[in-house]
Amino acid sequence: MRTLDHFHGGIHPAEHKLESSELPSRIAPLPSLLILPLHQHIGAGAKVQVQAGDHVLKGQLLASAQGMVSAAIHAPTSGTVTAVQPHTVPHPSQLPGLCVHIEPDGKDQWIDHAPLEYRAIPKSELLAKLREAGIVGLGGATFPTHVKYSLATDQRIQTLVINGAECEPWITTDDRLMRERAAEIVRGIEVLRHLAEPAETLIGIEDNKPQAIAAMRAACAGSDIEIVTIPTLYPSGGEKQLIKILTGKEVPSGGRPTGIGVACSNVATAYAIHRFVDHGEPLISRQMTVTGNVRTPQNIEVLIGTPLEELVRLAEPLPGATGYILGGPMMGVHIDDLRLPVVKGSNCIIVKSAKLFPPAEPAMPCIRCARCAAACPADLQPQELHWFSKARDFGKTQEYSLFDCIECGACAYVCPSHIPLVQYFRFAKSEIWQRERETQAAEIARERHEFRMERIEREKREKAERLALKEKAATAAKPAAPIAAPVMINPDADPDDTLQMRIDAAMTRAKEQAATAQPRNTENLTPQQQAKVAEIEARRAKFSELASNAGADDESSKKS
Amino acid sequence: MISALWVMVGISLLLGAVLGYSAIKFKVEGNPLVEKIDAVLPQTQCGQCGFPGCKPYAEAIAKGEADINKCPPGGEDGIRKLAELLGVDYKPFGEGAGPKAKAVAFIDEQTCIGCTLCLQACPVDAIAGAAKQMHTIIASECTGCELCVAPCPVDCISMVGLPESIQTWKWPYPVYALAQPQTPTREMPKS
Repeated sequence: MRTLDHFHGGIHPAEHKLESSELPSRIAPLPSLLILPLHQHIGAGAKVQVQAGDHVLKGQLLASAQGMVSAAIHAPTSGTVTAVQPHTVPHPSQLPGLCVHIEPDGKDQWIDHAPLEYRAIPKSELLAKLREAGIVGLGGATFPTHVKYSLATDQRIQTLVINGAECEPWITTDDRLMRERAAEIVRGIEVLRHLAEPAETLIGIEDNKPQAIAAMRAACAGSDIEIVTIPTLYPSGGEKQLIKILTGKEVPSGGRPTGIGVACSNVATAYAIHRFVDHGEPLISRQMTVTGNVRTPQNIEVLIGTPLEELVRLAEPLPGATGYILGGPMMGVHIDDLRLPVVKGSNCIIVKSAKLFPPAEPAMPCIRCARCAAACPADLQPQELHWFSKARDFGKTQEYSLFDCIECGACAYVCPSHIPLVQYFRFAKSEIWQRERETQAAEIARERHEFRMERIEREKREKAERLALKEKAATAAKPAAPIAAPVMINPDADPDDTLQMRIDAAMTRAKEQAATAQPRNTENLTPQQQAKVAEIEARRAKFSELASNAGADDESSKKS
Repeated sequence: MISALWVMVGISLLLGAVLGYSAIKFKVEGNPLVEKIDAVLPQTQCGQCGFPGCKPYAEAIAKGEADINKCPPGGEDGIRKLAELLGVDYKPFGEGAGPKAKAVAFIDEQTCIGCTLCLQACPVDAIAGAAKQMHTIIASECTGCELCVAPCPVDCISMVGLPESIQTWKWPYPVYALAQPQTPTREMPKS
């Protein structure tokens, strides 16, 4: 029996898991439309590879990964790309992002795909294939899996932690997945074990999921994968918290688990890897819990890109919806619009009602009870962070390790004054990021400006050098000049007088040029032309004579 | 008495030599304060402060020749940072000299005649083009300084505000109603 460690704080919110965990999960029918945002993961957005009007097959690449931290996006079914245009994406800002819109043709026709013999290829190739298959962490953070397992040569993974804790209330996707597809998950874990070569593999599952624990135990029988039952406590499903519980090791501030010899992946990620390796299918669907104010809360396997509207309809929403939560009630995003698509990171949609989710109680001033500090799983001082965020003293928030906050919401849950603490922390974080971006932009602008000033200086210098070189060439060619000058304007001049010689040379050149120049148009004329010219000249003389006379007349008339 | 005097003279000569040597050896090139001030400035090189660029303005502040509230792109935060750095009081922007929303220049390519005047005005080389060729702004490098707007002989450059994107979106400052204070129902103990 393994002795478990524990993390600081934690809370016991009402679980609400039984609503959706008892029905077998079903597969959603083909939706009428699929909307696939290009940015569904942490890192750089994918680069679109199709255009409107293209016909795509199920599993065909829509957008390829660009950069190291990125993942590809594939067509979840066969159909026609109707548009590549912005559409509101599941993000707290509710702003539009570029999406590929697909109209399914109903045939659900697969592109050629085959299982992967992953043990026969080098690990780097397998990682590249995971990147091309768009596999990202499905626990919520959507961190590309290939990045997580790209280990430096001196890095060794001691423990591979598989996260089946699923601590957030209402959500039961991992629970159902472990109950129904335990063997498949273990197949995926084998791939991760091949990549990380850990000394031990632990699957952490909260003790409120006894069937899932039993199913996983049965699937792992005979292998050295250990199923560890952990006490139910929110947020034990947080990566850093689960690692602390299972191994007693603490991920250092700003560090990654791989830095302390631990790799951590979600059970749903392991399942997605199994689909790719054993069936050749890229990540095009996932399990989602539909729960809350609906007739039949349940888990549904849904194609990525399905509008939430069509997904919620499958669970028959009840009247009285007051909004929706994408994700869990503790960390999810509150949305009003159901036209948003399902993305790789979506694990749950909760339909809110006034009864299930009463409006937040009005906040009162902080009374410094420090209950939030007692509940904080990251061992921070939320009350201090709150004051500094409120005063916009961002330097101080960073001194108090704001960026170690996992935004789990435990502090706000226990706050007797109902202060929306997490909102303050998110505000402070995004302000700090904004400043960081501005500082970087200023740094680039400074570099560019300095380069420009240097370039202008250099151009000036080069011009001066060119002129000097020309001058030098001219003086070097000087001795030849007097010889070419047969006529001396001033015979008394000193032959060594360079100025005089230069003038002479110039005169000679001018004369030579005049000699070689084209004849003027008044030369070599025919007699008729000469006569005509003479006639015109005569007329011109006459006119000028008349004009001068007229002027004289005017003047004389003025005088009189 | 004399020996004490000699000792004091000796010590002062020795210390003087040490100080003189370190003044040469550890001489600080340039004014480090200028670098610090320059690091706070937003580097738009826009000249709205009345100096030809951020560095000259930083130098002027360091010499005490310029006020700290002359940099609209830096915003009020910029003034606060300068005030903190220099140990002076915060000073609000003058009349009509507030910060503007971030914008980038845009060249109407139908109208551009390819005169290169804007290329010469841009302090960060954010305009691509050549003589008698159409010019265009490299939006990602544009600092929004507006220095290219005035030189354009055909007025084809305009400033376009940057729309908010998912990458630049910020969580708003939490605004919520505080609970109304309830009148105390408990009776005050009578002494």
